[in-house]
Amino acid sequence: MPAVSFDKVSRHFGSVRAVDGVDLDIGEGEFFAMLGPSGSGKTTCLRLIAGFERPTAGDIRLFGDSVRDLPPYRRQVNTVFQDYALFPHLNVRDNVGYGLMIAGRPRAERDREVAAALEMVRLGGYGQRKPSELSGGQRQRVALARALVNRPRVLLLDEPLGALDLKLREQMQEELKSLQRQLGITFVFVTHDQGEALSMADRIAVFNEGRIQQVGTPEDVYFRPDVPFVADFVGSSNVLPAALVETLTGRRQPAAIRPERLRLGSGSGGALSAQVTGLSFLGLTTRVTLKAGDTRLTALLPQDAPRPAEGDTVSLEWAPSDLHLMRGSA
Amino acid sequence: MHSDRAPLGLKIAAAAGLAFLHLPILLIFVYAFTTEEKSYQWPPPGLTLKWFAVTWNRPDVWQALMLSLKVASVATLVAMVLGTLCAAAVSRSKFFGRETVSLLVILPIALPGVVTGIALRSAFSLADVPFSTWTIVLGHATFCVVIVYNNAVARFRRTSGSLIEASMDLGATYFQTLRFVILPNIATALVVGGMLAFALSFDEVIVTTFTSGQQQTLPIWMLEELVRPRQRPVTNVVAMVVVLVTLLPILGAYYLTRGTDTVAGQGK
Repeated sequence: MPAVSFDKVSRHFGSVRAVDGVDLDIGEGEFFAMLGPSGSGKTTCLRLIAGFERPTAGDIRLFGDSVRDLPPYRRQVNTVFQDYALFPHLNVRDNVGYGLMIAGRPRAERDREVAAALEMVRLGGYGQRKPSELSGGQRQRVALARALVNRPRVLLLDEPLGALDLKLREQMQEELKSLQRQLGITFVFVTHDQGEALSMADRIAVFNEGRIQQVGTPEDVYFRPDVPFVADFVGSSNVLPAALVETLTGRRQPAAIRPERLRLGSGSGGALSAQVTGLSFLGLTTRVTLKAGDTRLTALLPQDAPRPAEGDTVSLEWAPSDLHLMRGSA
Repeated sequence: MHSDRAPLGLKIAAAAGLAFLHLPILLIFVYAFTTEEKSYQWPPPGLTLKWFAVTWNRPDVWQALMLSLKVASVATLVAMVLGTLCAAAVSRSKFFGRETVSLLVILPIALPGVVTGIALRSAFSLADVPFSTWTIVLGHATFCVVIVYNNAVARFRRTSGSLIEASMDLGATYFQTLRFVILPNIATALVVGGMLAFALSFDEVIVTTFTSGQQQTLPIWMLEELVRPRQRPVTNVVAMVVVLVTLLPILGAYYLTRGTDTVAGQGK
């Protein structure tokens, strides 16, 4: 039985279709990412699970039971908010113990659980501090402890790493992953950062304009995108339009090809000829931007490969298996 | 060029401004101790404490004081409930006409007191409401609500909206969220708004004259007393009391709001 399932769920705000007919099953114990640009409906989906939004149409089930009409406080899910939403008037201990206090658990038990939760996020001894006395990373851990201490069956995380600097973000990625493995509960997190989704999640749902474009493992969405949007947004792949693909393969479908799989040759031996419009040095590789007719392409060349000059006409080659056909009309 | 010391001219100007503002008030205090009871003669021919005893024994003073305290307390209470609810509605949700409601709530304080007074008076007589303590309370509540609303709305805006969601996410019902999250976060703003509203109501004259009928609040009593030739310093003693009663809550409000900005901005 899936932990969370969306059954043709829509959420409209006036004429805006924030979420438009989403079908989705998230398995128990899964680390699941909702990935998409801002305004794609991923956060609304998270809020629908938490209960802050009600679906305009369709049904949401948690472990098989419909939660359509349940308010947030009757759902066995907890949320780590993007701005952490720590209560400014309470110290860390009372913040973390808030859910247990509301549940009416006795003081001694509460203190024990709170201490254990703070140990888990390595903030033992910070109980008396106010949220304003903590750093961003520490606040994030408090928010995590505050959610997890209630032993939710699903933990929701809204852009959990968005407000942290790069180094802290990488460290928290590791911590979140090991925490999820250790607890074994379902984590659903929302992000606009494809790198974050690819490195943390077991499966990813890619959102655009209120709809799910593709659901799959990181390898699926990265190497085998279903539609041009996913190829572009997740993998920064080159998207060849259907008309061009028809001249190459005889099939009128858009196709994706990874930048590192494009090889540059001189002369006209390749499948496609293109003009070099720019070169940038990236360290391990050099990024070459190209133009073939109206289609802009990117190639990543290893440093030992011969480098073309700007304005050169080159021929592009690739192994036939690297050209990935997609559905869609773009 | 840059110096932390103000130039002499500026210092003199500041001193003169302060003197202009506060010397008349000091004069009132001095006349509370004068031995001359018919006119305000300078310098006072002698000093005495007897007016305090006289004032203490005047039942009309006590009556006016009690009425003023009662009106101010009830008006403040009404304002705190209505002002907070209104502020919550305006800052927490978007609805058709929200800006208009916001403006309409603030309007009574921009409106001249005479206009409010006349409007209320004609409304009361139209609806056949006899003048009583309650009509005074109602009149005062119109501007007290604004004070509380303004304080509460500013605090609501600075309190992150996700705090309420976080509370409900952690299992708290609407009522529990109100009690454990919203009230503690807006408490100081509410107390400050209430104190200012109390002070405003306590010395209000204009609206009161239109809505009080035969009853006298303390400021109205003072106004009537000035035309009487005898025992004038009693008015000054009362004036001192009024200054103290209104000053204390304002000072309290000042100290409570100091330094809360950084705390309330957290969570954002």
